[in-house]
Amino acid sequence: MYRVDQTISSGSLQVDHNGRLRHFLTIDGLSRELLTEILDAAESFSGVTEQSVKKVPLLRGRTIVNLFFESSTRTRTTFELAAKRLSADVLNISARTSATSKGETLLDTLRNLEAMHCDMFVVRHPDSGAAHFIARHAAKDVSVINAGDGHHAHPTQAMLDMFTIRRVKGSFDNLTVAIVGDILHSRVARSQIQALNTLGVKQVRIVGPKTLLPSDVSQLNVETSHNLLDGIRDADVIIMLRLQRERMRGALLPSEHEYFQLYGLTEDKLAHAKSDVTVMHPGPINRGVEMDTQVADGPRSVILEQVTHGIAVRMAVMSMAMRAAGGNP
Amino acid sequence: MPEHINVDNLIASMADELRDLLVTRSIDNPVMIGIHTGGVWVASRLHALLNIDDPLGTLDISFYRDDFTKIGMNPQVKPSNLPASIDGRHIILVDDVLYTGRTIRAALNEIFDFGRPASVLLAALIDRDGRELPMAADVSGHAITLAPNCHIKLTGPEPLSLSESILEDT
Repeated sequence: MYRVDQTISSGSLQVDHNGRLRHFLTIDGLSRELLTEILDAAESFSGVTEQSVKKVPLLRGRTIVNLFFESSTRTRTTFELAAKRLSADVLNISARTSATSKGETLLDTLRNLEAMHCDMFVVRHPDSGAAHFIARHAAKDVSVINAGDGHHAHPTQAMLDMFTIRRVKGSFDNLTVAIVGDILHSRVARSQIQALNTLGVKQVRIVGPKTLLPSDVSQLNVETSHNLLDGIRDADVIIMLRLQRERMRGALLPSEHEYFQLYGLTEDKLAHAKSDVTVMHPGPINRGVEMDTQVADGPRSVILEQVTHGIAVRMAVMSMAMRAAGGNP
Repeated sequence: MPEHINVDNLIASMADELRDLLVTRSIDNPVMIGIHTGGVWVASRLHALLNIDDPLGTLDISFYRDDFTKIGMNPQVKPSNLPASIDGRHIILVDDVLYTGRTIRAALNEIFDFGRPASVLLAALIDRDGRELPMAADVSGHAITLAPNCHIKLTGPEPLSLSESILEDT
């Protein structure tokens, strides 16, 4: 059982004494005001793409390092684009973890990058807590953004989902949001649940087979369902999670075909949700596993908007965290 | 005392001056752009008085400020909104108070990220001393000299009025 939320404490690490963002590691512990500030800033940044020069000089002269210990295309590219649209210089490093001396290797990598006077690390790592570890050991003028750590958190993905929901629905009050799939292993789901509850939706439901839902849901403030039709009934938003195929090997799931029969989203099943339901997916989609093509490409899907919004949200988070780090460029 | 200045009269005289200037420079069909927030209030009045065809453009220069690292990001940034294309157009840039010139520097940088205008005219309601950059207004409503710790501010949008205050610490 993963109990990462209890063991990784962000404490006051993320926010400085003025309440400003210092690092962005997890949604856990951040206030509704701060999350709203991120969404508002992202709204302003979304206008930058309408300029003929799609860039603002806000982070000119700053260096941002994308430190990816796990492969990712979408997240890394949108972080890179966001940094470039803020005029920062970007360094992409794909590192392999060394199984023998992980802690030491991570710290060594960090010290080397600090010696090159980098201002911000965007970190993705297969181990829960890696971004916290780096934030705790980084020089005091360096900011750390978590781009996904193990099963723990993926806060910028959650915020771009919140941004998309607010764009489509206007506000969070009175919304019923169903998150469907492998909740247990999903850092995206964990961060989404925290963000939705902090922003004050009416109800968050998690839907999936018993083997893929956390056993201890009492602290999550969610409703649980093992039946897709019950779980999405009258939902305003349905978030489908990606099914990680390696889970099949762990005997947590029968076959893709059976999963699709039980939990795959089709137009027929969607009729049980509200008529103006919005369908989301963090990508990449397994068509015919989590949802069929008609739904993925249908009028209720905002999957590509999510990708677009990812850039503005990451611009907001990076400029806010860089601000609090202070110092002259 | 700025409290006694009639802002509407200033704007009316600015409109007359601008009209003459446009004739002198053979400019017809200019684009007007106001800088958030006070500049937009002044610009919307001028825009109506001059019967400008294109909708009023607005600029929020927060992302272009040179003091970002000192004061951080303003969370109340409003989106900038310029007419479809400003390439080759004559622009009248409007602000409420011209002081150090840094706001105008930032605004010019932002304008050029949207395109390449044919020319830019600067109109400021108040032209106060204390320039730190080589900027000058082509048209201004009122010139004023103030002590360095004094602050003059336009309040609005309805009615527009000026107020002066002493800054405690600069």
